[in-house]
Amino acid sequence: MDAVTLHYDVSGNDFTCAGEASRKIKKTLKTLGFSPEIIRNVAIAVYEAEINMVVHANGGTIDASVTPEQIDVVLKDTGPGIPNIELAMQEGWSTAPENVRQLGFGAGMGLPNIKKYSDALRVESEVGKGTTIYITVINK
Amino acid sequence: MEKYYHSVRLDKEKCQGCIHCIQRCPTQAIRVRNGKAIILAARCIDCGECIRVCPHKAKYAERDSIEIIQKFKYKVALPAPSLYGQIANVTDVNLLLNALLAIGFDDVFEVAAAAERISDATKKFLREHPEFSRPVISSACPAIVRLISVLYPNLIDRILPLRSPMEEAGRLAREKAVRETGFAPEEIGVFFITPCPAKITAIRHSQESEKSSIDGAVAINDIYPALVNQLGKLREQSELQHAGRIGISWGMTGGEASGTLSDASMPVDGIENCINVLSEIEDEKLNDIEFVELNACMGGCVGGVLTAENPYIAKSRLKNLRKYLPMALNNIADSPLAAVTAEKRPEEIPALKLADNLKEAMEKMNRLNEILSTFPRLDCGTCGAPSCRALAEDIVRGYTSEQDCIFRIRAELEGAALPKSVEELIPPPFRQKKNTDGGDKK
Repeated sequence: MDAVTLHYDVSGNDFTCAGEASRKIKKTLKTLGFSPEIIRNVAIAVYEAEINMVVHANGGTIDASVTPEQIDVVLKDTGPGIPNIELAMQEGWSTAPENVRQLGFGAGMGLPNIKKYSDALRVESEVGKGTTIYITVINK
Repeated sequence: MEKYYHSVRLDKEKCQGCIHCIQRCPTQAIRVRNGKAIILAARCIDCGECIRVCPHKAKYAERDSIEIIQKFKYKVALPAPSLYGQIANVTDVNLLLNALLAIGFDDVFEVAAAAERISDATKKFLREHPEFSRPVISSACPAIVRLISVLYPNLIDRILPLRSPMEEAGRLAREKAVRETGFAPEEIGVFFITPCPAKITAIRHSQESEKSSIDGAVAINDIYPALVNQLGKLREQSELQHAGRIGISWGMTGGEASGTLSDASMPVDGIENCINVLSEIEDEKLNDIEFVELNACMGGCVGGVLTAENPYIAKSRLKNLRKYLPMALNNIADSPLAAVTAEKRPEEIPALKLADNLKEAMEKMNRLNEILSTFPRLDCGTCGAPSCRALAEDIVRGYTSEQDCIFRIRAELEGAALPKSVEELIPPPFRQKKNTDGGDKK
């Protein structure tokens, strides 16, 4: 059986649309009948990553692959990259500019939250080239 | 009884089979089939948006006529707080309550009085149950409770486990009548004066108790003329009013939230706004909020489809009426929360799932996406479904076929067995202009 695949282009610097893709992924998972807990974990992890992509990287692409066993989501951008991934994984670490914080984002919980709500998280980043984030949620 | 009772109904004679209601329905519960609208019972939440929008008045709420009260020896009216804002120049709530007696009721029990008990109990609940997931969601609007059951079942656990003011009022009114008259409980008829169809559904098929404490519902706009008439003739008045500012304020957005006396309570109104907020709660984005009051109608209950007055006017009248009243006249004092706890929890209504097992659901989802890619994505509604996606979903569920799409038929008539691209399906005015200079579109 083929996996259900979803693709979204995320535009940058448009906070009003930020979260659209994670909302659509959530809707698809509900229609498929995944358990509420799995849906919540995917929705939160992907939302955080999507916001990061809008705030830091001027948008990018999101590709999700859904099977009965697991949900894999790859978020790819060509933004500035993360110089120190270890530091970025710490709760509260934030580089968000003031205008972004005023909107309630940038509390430094992005990557830590993604890690908390996913079963596997891999971050590949090169300064000046971009960042790719691999999120996996296992259907327990 | 039907599995899912709904007070919102269709008058087939009046229905023209147009697309106003299907596109307005917040849960995509309406389709046009054989030239008439049909309501998908599992999805309908009785919010009444279709009643509001239908230009032919083909959607209506099944309700009781005032004659039904004659079946009972002793009749009690339960006016919703929103009733108080319906009539001009009523400066005293007591006048209005006496007018209810004049149209045939033996007693009046204000839902606003029961609402004050629920406000008191909500405060107590929030204080005594810090372990209950935040934000706690109000249980008062039955359209919202049903919305959660259908679209947000994982939020059922957050619904305040207390009775709605209406149910509490029904229970208290019957107890009072038994005590004061000596009639048996079944000889007493308790009737809600309702601003909306969702409340009628909640009485006939309760989500919070096995059987509602209320015997019937009379619509505000049905008794409105009789009330106005009696108000002009009133001579004697008995003292019936026993609700204060907090109770009356429940008739409009913000009343219930302010009744919790917490700055971390948030009122929301309008079904689309409520859907957005529920989605945010689901994503754990509102965890710093204590309590959310959700009203399906704009303005709160004064915005219900069975009211008689413009909601903004009704709201300003409510504000004037409550001005010189005491804060509250009812509380649950030292009685335990159990005294106002709902008998049961709302149940999940599995209307969204494509199939019972994931494998089958995924096969259907892949087929759905494939079918959707051949549709014009104009969401024109002429297939009888609210969107191209909804039609694709109906097809994989086996309800209908691609032949419902007018653009598919048009393309076939134009010669091609199937259009080569989706672009060809779209009628000329909707086709995007090709860029001729090769540059990016501005």
